[in-house]
Amino acid sequence: MSKNIFRISPGFEDIMPDEYKELVESGPYGKDLGVSDMGTFKELLEEHPLCAGCGLALSLRLILASLPNPEDTVIVGSTGCSALAFPQVAVHNIHSLFGNQNAVASGLKRALKLRFPDKVKDVVVIAGDGATADIGLDMVMQSWFRSESITTIMLDNEAYANTGGQESGMTQQGAVMNMAPKGKNFPKISLPEIAREAGCSYVASISPAQPKRLEKMVRRAILTAREVGPSYVQIFSPCPTNYKFKPQETVSRIKQHQKEGHYQTKEYINTAAQEYLASIEEGKKNE
Amino acid sequence: MLESKYQVLTGPEGYLPPAAASKGVTLPDEGLALVEGTIVPEKDAIEKIAEKILQAKNPFFFPGPLLLWDWKEGVAQKAALVKKLAEVAGIKIIPMPDYRPKYPMINPDIEINPNHPNLTIWHNKIDLCLFIGVHCHYANVALKIIRGGTDCYTIALCGEAGHEDAMISLRDVGLAQLEALIEAVTRLKGVANS
Repeated sequence: MSKNIFRISPGFEDIMPDEYKELVESGPYGKDLGVSDMGTFKELLEEHPLCAGCGLALSLRLILASLPNPEDTVIVGSTGCSALAFPQVAVHNIHSLFGNQNAVASGLKRALKLRFPDKVKDVVVIAGDGATADIGLDMVMQSWFRSESITTIMLDNEAYANTGGQESGMTQQGAVMNMAPKGKNFPKISLPEIAREAGCSYVASISPAQPKRLEKMVRRAILTAREVGPSYVQIFSPCPTNYKFKPQETVSRIKQHQKEGHYQTKEYINTAAQEYLASIEEGKKNE
Repeated sequence: MLESKYQVLTGPEGYLPPAAASKGVTLPDEGLALVEGTIVPEKDAIEKIAEKILQAKNPFFFPGPLLLWDWKEGVAQKAALVKKLAEVAGIKIIPMPDYRPKYPMINPDIEINPNHPNLTIWHNKIDLCLFIGVHCHYANVALKIIRGGTDCYTIALCGEAGHEDAMISLRDVGLAQLEALIEAVTRLKGVANS
């Protein structure tokens, strides 16, 4: 696969800002780096405008470090906190209208297949719970029904955090928020189950408190979408601002939720995806 | 071809200048160029660009990703000619490697914030800028912002059909056009020095 796009034109090496030289020299493009290598390479997201301790920012860093093929990946985002960080990510990305992300990603994936028939181009939707499970649920589910070859990753902070803290479909029952002062009346949606029933070949739920497993799941999801069918990963990314905990408590809060059973790590792989992933992972072991 | 009475001239034109296209400015056909709202032959525009560069006190190139990254055949040769033109004409270079917003860490001495090109122009007191290798949509927006908020003269050396929002817009710029520009600048410099 050609990586020429990451070569600076001769004569302009000294004119390019250091940040870009560093991306070319020590970025993750074409090197098959992962979360274990973080700290040794130039990350695809460095500065970002999200709040201190933001679970989304942590998840996003891990997702970006887990991409199997960042140089040929396009991320489709949607309105929400994460959308504030995407413009600063060194991967091609598109911002869709709120909730339209899976429809946009479907069209993009089809267009890329026509435009680059000999290349593998991964299309990965990364959106919040409002865009995925509430406002965009129609588009999300229809893309699964149509078996679009895309990966959907939900950054689940259990709220509409960017607009001041309304409850979302993913908010836990009873949770009290800035704009839900009486507490939520209904239980959290089980979107992994919906994804499975709607036709996803690979479904997982995970948190950034388990970075290696998160990496494995993101990679599996993207590889499955390439060859087998749509995939879905839900990542618990709590919000210190709206849930009013200290920024340094994000990971301990995740662990506490997992311990209490409010958030479970799950993985569902259908037979076709199992066979495909086994062939790849077996091949990797034998390398 | 219809010609608009509206002219894209040095600003500042106001907080929100209109897109030139919306005021009836049309792009030139092949072999032609746009100079301050008037369609002229390409060679006349090249002479005018050379004159403007030599008249400027502080001219700058703003090369975009299509030129800065050696992504396809022919780009390296084009980049070499842009460097040569910059050297011959005394044009400084501030790159625009991609279109990510640079907040709050923009250093206008070393790169241009594509979302606020006027900051880079104000900071460096640039009186003439040349866009090259910038994707159409960003060139249009940036040129409009520059026209709106600064008195910088804008020139688009476009590989495609040109930009209505630049004061001079040369289309289909390839090696031949860049060589012609180098020749024109060298010749006019020689005349001025003789």
